[in-house]
Amino acid sequence: MSISVKRVTKSFGTFVALNDVSLEVPPGDLLALLGPSGSGKTTLLRIIAGLETADSGSVFYSDEDVTGAAARDRNVGFVFQHYALFRHLSVFENVAFGLRVRRHSRADVNRRVRELLRLVQLEGLEQANPSQLSGGQRQRVALARALAAEPKVLLLDEPFGALDAKVRQELRQWLRRLHDELHVTSVFVTHDHEEAFEVADRVVIMNAGRIEQAGTPEEIFERPANPFVIDFLGNVNVFHGHVQNGHARLGNLEVDYPDYPHEESRAATAFVRSHELEIVRTKNGRPSLEAKVMHINPARPVVKVRVYSEAFGVVLTVDVSWERYGELRLQVGDTVWLSPKQIRVFIQDHAI
Amino acid sequence: MAENTVARRAQSDPPLVKAALILAAVAIMGFFVIVPLVNVFAQAFASGPRVYWQNLFGDADTLHSIKLTLMVAPVAVVLNLVFGIAAAWAIARFRFPGRAFLTAMIDLPFSVSPVVVGLFLVLLFGLQGYFGPWLRAHDVKIIFAYPGLVIATAFVTFPVVARELTPLMEAIGADEEVAAVSLGARGWQVFRLITLPNIKWGLLYGVILCNARAMGEFGAVAVVSGHIAGKTDTMPLRVEKLFQEYNMPGAFAVASVLAMLALVTLAVKTALEWKTRRDLAEAEQLQTEGVEA
Repeated sequence: MSISVKRVTKSFGTFVALNDVSLEVPPGDLLALLGPSGSGKTTLLRIIAGLETADSGSVFYSDEDVTGAAARDRNVGFVFQHYALFRHLSVFENVAFGLRVRRHSRADVNRRVRELLRLVQLEGLEQANPSQLSGGQRQRVALARALAAEPKVLLLDEPFGALDAKVRQELRQWLRRLHDELHVTSVFVTHDHEEAFEVADRVVIMNAGRIEQAGTPEEIFERPANPFVIDFLGNVNVFHGHVQNGHARLGNLEVDYPDYPHEESRAATAFVRSHELEIVRTKNGRPSLEAKVMHINPARPVVKVRVYSEAFGVVLTVDVSWERYGELRLQVGDTVWLSPKQIRVFIQDHAI
Repeated sequence: MAENTVARRAQSDPPLVKAALILAAVAIMGFFVIVPLVNVFAQAFASGPRVYWQNLFGDADTLHSIKLTLMVAPVAVVLNLVFGIAAAWAIARFRFPGRAFLTAMIDLPFSVSPVVVGLFLVLLFGLQGYFGPWLRAHDVKIIFAYPGLVIATAFVTFPVVARELTPLMEAIGADEEVAAVSLGARGWQVFRLITLPNIKWGLLYGVILCNARAMGEFGAVAVVSGHIAGKTDTMPLRVEKLFQEYNMPGAFAVASVLAMLALVTLAVKTALEWKTRRDLAEAEQLQTEGVEA
């Protein structure tokens, strides 16, 4: 079952939550809607579920137009951010709810609920109340409940948002394995790009009610479409400068920029990820800039070095491998040279 | 140690003030509540239980007033139950123009004198009232009859259930109801399977309180009843009439039944308050705990 969202717009009063958004989710895909808070990602998810109605535009499940269909008739599984478990019902009855309101037979309910509780590894907790469960267990009850009526589509709103880091990590991998087993078309909302990249087949980045970029995690990471995307993904240093005649000039740093061969000078922003900056002790002929080591954080798989560049008046972050760190013998206060291995330049007009 | 004592002294009042305040509160309570309450029962039983029984069930008019109250109050409670749930649902779940106005209007019966309510009903349904000629033409009696008693009682106790439920439903939130809808539940199923179990203790609390007020209502009922003994006298009206006739044991016997109702209400109310608080605490815990855990 594929999902198509076509030119959906939604406003709350004067606030435009979604501005002409279109989206395709291929059947069996696990897609992440990624964006900062207020970007419209949850609104889009709720419109797909039918919990919110679009001002204009339409939603299709395969070829079926469900724009006007009520949430209860769409047969979607929805996992809420704070789970919204029925607190007066046991774990068993929570999972059974969707089957009971659809008048499944008693035997059918029993069989299906046991099967799901086994799937989410909560056997033995059938009679427990939601208040007795840990956050991770509640999350899995919410998931089992959403899956009970064999939904055509599974939608999850910040499924790991309310969990601590370690449980979150476990549940991410578990959700991915579960999806590989069930192959139900799924969409989840998150503001954490690592989570989106780790779990999803495809990622859609949203900002201010629009889609900034859609693609596989690799496509987005390797070829960010615009300054917002690269900035949102983080771990990046920003330089301001100009482009002219096929070159980008950033302070005393000059790099090739063949996309802009024109003579007129235009303001531009350049992004260099922390792992794309190389630290050298002496100037090596390649474009490089001078900086002073301010802080070293070696408590990571890579050593994070913060340096200050006087020419740009900014603090930059550089990732140094442990091997290289051993060779360089960096000390706070050292003067070093940074040379970018890759620079992404965006002409300012394209920026937000 | 020394710092600790200083801090404690700064935070709490001197023991003398504390004792004086507690004593004053207890004295006022005793003088205005406990003593009269005990006195009602003492007066009612002054001539022994046999006379007490005779006063309650031997007098046809008194017996009728008890029956009438038992017929009026439940109907008023059911009306307010339906209205209360509808109003609380509308206010807690929807944002609509006039919502603040509706919230204020619900409290109106509490802020207006019951006698005014009674007069207002007479103005509407009395013989000289707006609907009077029409009602007479169709042979419908409201004022000085059973329907008038029900309407007056229901109007005066209107806010009780709604005021109890609205904050409860707002605190519980709509999340579970939305989840039920997403799982395929229809409106009635959502109410019966999710909303009702969540608010049941608050609802019962409202019903008990509403019932107590309905049975004890005097002012509005006094105006619309017409004081026809054996026909439109409810228990509070009967108490007043017996009192006016200098039948003290009779008046106190009926009053003792109303006082007993108050005591039972108080006990049930306390138990339900405890349960409602627990429900709210649990709701809060379920909503926030996940974030901290």
